[in-house]
Amino acid sequence: MTNEQTPQIGGTAGGQDLARTEGTVPARFEDPGLPEHRLRQSDVDPAAAKRAERQVVAMFAISILGTIGFLLAYFLVRPGETVASMRISNIALGISLFLAMFGIGAAAVHWAKTLMSDHERQEARHPQRSDAATREAALDVLRQGAEDSGIGRRGVLKGAVVSAVALAPLTVAVPLIGEVGGDWNVSKFRHTLWERGKRLARDPSGEPIRAADVTIGSVFHVIPENLREEGGSHWIEEKAKAVVLMVRMDPRDLKETPERAGWSYDGIVAYSKICTHVGCPVALYEQQTHHLLCPCHQSTFDMSDGAKVVFGPAARPLPQLPITVDDDGYLIAQDDFDEPIGPSYWERLR
Amino acid sequence: MKAIAARRHHRFAPVVLLALALVLTGGLYAALAPSAEGAAAPTTDDVEAGRALFVANCATCHGVNAEGRDNNPTLIGVGAAAVDFQVSTGRMPMQLEGPQAAAKPPQFNREQINQLAAYVASLGPGPAVPSAEQVDPALGDPANGMAIFRTNCAMCHGAIGAGGALSEGKYAPSLAQSRPTDIYTAMLTGPQSMPVFNDANITPEEKRDVIAFLEEQRNGSPGGTTLGSIGPVGEGVWIWVVGMGLLIASAVWIGAKSS
Repeated sequence: MTNEQTPQIGGTAGGQDLARTEGTVPARFEDPGLPEHRLRQSDVDPAAAKRAERQVVAMFAISILGTIGFLLAYFLVRPGETVASMRISNIALGISLFLAMFGIGAAAVHWAKTLMSDHERQEARHPQRSDAATREAALDVLRQGAEDSGIGRRGVLKGAVVSAVALAPLTVAVPLIGEVGGDWNVSKFRHTLWERGKRLARDPSGEPIRAADVTIGSVFHVIPENLREEGGSHWIEEKAKAVVLMVRMDPRDLKETPERAGWSYDGIVAYSKICTHVGCPVALYEQQTHHLLCPCHQSTFDMSDGAKVVFGPAARPLPQLPITVDDDGYLIAQDDFDEPIGPSYWERLR
Repeated sequence: MKAIAARRHHRFAPVVLLALALVLTGGLYAALAPSAEGAAAPTTDDVEAGRALFVANCATCHGVNAEGRDNNPTLIGVGAAAVDFQVSTGRMPMQLEGPQAAAKPPQFNREQINQLAAYVASLGPGPAVPSAEQVDPALGDPANGMAIFRTNCAMCHGAIGAGGALSEGKYAPSLAQSRPTDIYTAMLTGPQSMPVFNDANITPEEKRDVIAFLEEQRNGSPGGTTLGSIGPVGEGVWIWVVGMGLLIASAVWIGAKSS
């Protein structure tokens, strides 16, 4: 990075013409030309050239040592069975591989910069246009071909070839569009596996949860009971839609709207775990503030107040799962969520 | 300042700036990274001695009879496990008001902690301190522990328990140095922002599996440096500062003319 590299404005004769007068721009900028060629130390001083050569040789030697080191590490430093031995093996292989490769690259660059010729050259571009005789001959060939095919005279033939070529892409397009459009049923996004009477179960074990086991301050990660059986081959997608976070707090801390008064059970509330912003699993629950934090964009929901958004980019509260208990004391869902879970999509009205 | 300004176009200026940025990042990390301390195993109890310790050290905030006052929680019914966790990790007695009580060297010895725990446990029924067998990582199943940890803990403590930030200055501490008993009692009692994971939610065997999983993480990473294991943010900082810095330095070197 030296100053000589940059063309010096005003330093050359051409530069003087660029001075603007009264806001006018010159019709054509002068070619400033190449900067004056400057000899390198290795060009003028044989000792410097020798030194540069030794440096290049040293870099290649580093690469050779790296390769030898890699082979030694490969045969002598085996990954073994423990984490520590794997780490040593990986580090030895990585460092020697780096030296082997970087040594060659650095040596090549240094060689080119210090010892190879650095004289600037200009090469004029060839004209691309062919001469008039060649162009005329080419047009003749095309004309002759069109006459031979008779496409101008045989109208039916012309129609046939155009039709065939136009129709052939359908063999690709129809199956492609057909597959894409195989399932336009977006209403399934509105529903999850939750339904009236479905038991709440622990994730990942799938054991149902008794209301008495949910002590104050607890947080349970909940999936529908029998998720694997009822979800079939798509159970993991069903899980992604149906996951619920359930907490219990002192009922006095809970603020409930009249229309949702029966949706909690003795301080136990259950909300969808899918963020209404872009669908991350919201699960950072702060027990003392009852705030639920989304790790992706810091949306914060107040679990004691209808999971309303208290901070962050989420636009809507988390959908609430209405719950109650069955005769055996297990927590069950009253119904599915009353609104689609997760982020907005275009069929959603709000 | 003038001397620095004059040298800002020096060929080594980017290198020096990069080095300064790295030193600053490393220094900030070392200064801000949370740490934890541990202590020894439990013995017998002495409710009266615990009461004397309590009145002298805890009653100012928690009340003379541990009934709680001025937004400070009551300790009736929190059990010996909560006292053991809070006092042996140095979180209590609290040093100063803040978003979160930080771990620090414990103020009491093991005998005093047991006495305090015995006193608080005598006030009302609550979770007890687990036995040595209940927290023995050798008896747990790390693979099952990983599944439990991933579902219940990883969102705050990170995939391998390196810790992470919460809202408004609160944070989930690193579990790298935590004693097995502290990991167990923390799950059982839900200290501070952490929710409770009672024995119906994560069974005692599953808690031991979690401890075994965290114990496995102390062997380190097989892939060289872990970059703090704090996830994409830490890794991104490294690749943007160090990785891109090296690429830019290489490009500048390749493009510069030899002198």
